[in-house]
Amino acid sequence: MRTVRVIPCLDVDGGRVVKGVNFVDLRDAGDPVELARRYDDEGADELVFLDITASSDSRETTIDMVRHTAEEVFIPFTVGGGIRSVEDARAILRAGADKVSVNTAAVERPGLIGELAAEFGEQCVVVAVDGRRNGETDSGFEVFIHGGRTPTGLDAVGWATMADQMGAGEILLTSMDSDGTRDGFDIPMLLAVGRAVGVPLIASGGVGNLDHLVAGAVDGLADAVLAASIFHFGEHTIAAAKAHMAAAGVAVRPAGS
Amino acid sequence: MTDGPPVAVLDYGIGNLRSAQKALQRMGANAALTADRDRIDEAAGIVLPGVGAFGRCLAALDASGLTDTAREAAVDAAAGGRPFLGICVGMQMLFDGSDESSGSQGLGVIEGRVRRITGGVKCPQMQWNRLDITDGEALLAGLPEGAWMYFVHGYAAEIGPATVATCEYGTPLCAAVRRGNLWGVQFHPEKSGRTGLKVLGNFVKSLPGGS
Repeated sequence: MRTVRVIPCLDVDGGRVVKGVNFVDLRDAGDPVELARRYDDEGADELVFLDITASSDSRETTIDMVRHTAEEVFIPFTVGGGIRSVEDARAILRAGADKVSVNTAAVERPGLIGELAAEFGEQCVVVAVDGRRNGETDSGFEVFIHGGRTPTGLDAVGWATMADQMGAGEILLTSMDSDGTRDGFDIPMLLAVGRAVGVPLIASGGVGNLDHLVAGAVDGLADAVLAASIFHFGEHTIAAAKAHMAAAGVAVRPAGS
Repeated sequence: MTDGPPVAVLDYGIGNLRSAQKALQRMGANAALTADRDRIDEAAGIVLPGVGAFGRCLAALDASGLTDTAREAAVDAAAGGRPFLGICVGMQMLFDGSDESSGSQGLGVIEGRVRRITGGVKCPQMQWNRLDITDGEALLAGLPEGAWMYFVHGYAAEIGPATVATCEYGTPLCAAVRRGNLWGVQFHPEKSGRTGLKVLGNFVKSLPGGS
């Protein structure tokens, strides 16, 4: 049986959750451990932490955060942002993360994917691909790096396929066109990449309501759906999202199980 | 640290072993990551985690000088001795070998091989799935019907006489094995929320001094 995972994504800076997390009843909305525990209780299947810290000297803070999270939260979590080498990944994984996500560093040096897979196993390696529509690429979707600021000329389907072959365990596909719009996932891009890769595909970017989660799984054939603001702002709980998906015929792990 | 029963989580330098240690501590064990022979000897229970490729895990176990220790502990557990739990590739290593790394020999404590997942499904299985438990005693006691667990694996052990739980993924896959006090689980109990913690709690309870 294929069950679709629901994954809240948290942006962290200097070990603190940023970008408008707004649960009224949290003592400290910036505490990644408290938020992670909350999402775990609500029935999240996994968590993704995206470290948006610009300076490299705060790596220790991030590793501390991972360590504390791993002490309290017993569902899988991925950490991405600033991982450029096997040693960077080792520090994160040894601290208790289950997977690392790489994006810009993998585009700049694709060999990194294979190095990580050989060292830690493919299941540890999430390759994050930021795609944007561009009719001049083969598939019509182009890869962007540096948080979506820099075009690469790479075709998104081609790059995802290559990442899969080099040892990615999962592809986390974010539509830069949809991200922040709340208009839903870019379904054609999900289908184009999903058809080309054999590993699980996580849909990201654009979720504004619970129907969008269903569309990602049913129309986009994604294996997991990732969202940030609809959960952080308290509009919808994970439990409500899962109940909605289940009612629409998507197999999910029920909240509270 | 707790005063609970000492559990040795075999540390042979792979992946994320810390979650298994932390989860065992949460369930009352005095769990330590260790490759130290004396500490392993003194432990009331042994946990062998494992992630990544089968052959690489065995090579890492070898490089840490723990292959014989692990095999002897597993054989002892199977004969009713000190409890032993293998997790994910730590379970797969209990078998004779795996299609993933045909050059590597498993510990050979449970007969059978580990095979590639087939059946028109995405490989690896990376998701939560429900257990179909055929022997709900001891380690798997008190779990809800169709308990949800987190799986990450591209290969699975053949279903055989030691199988005590399966999950459905294209075909039924071996999800847990038991021989005496030797247990192996394909899923990650340390990553399966409170249902997974229950399994680790059962393991701790089965140890002398576990309550």
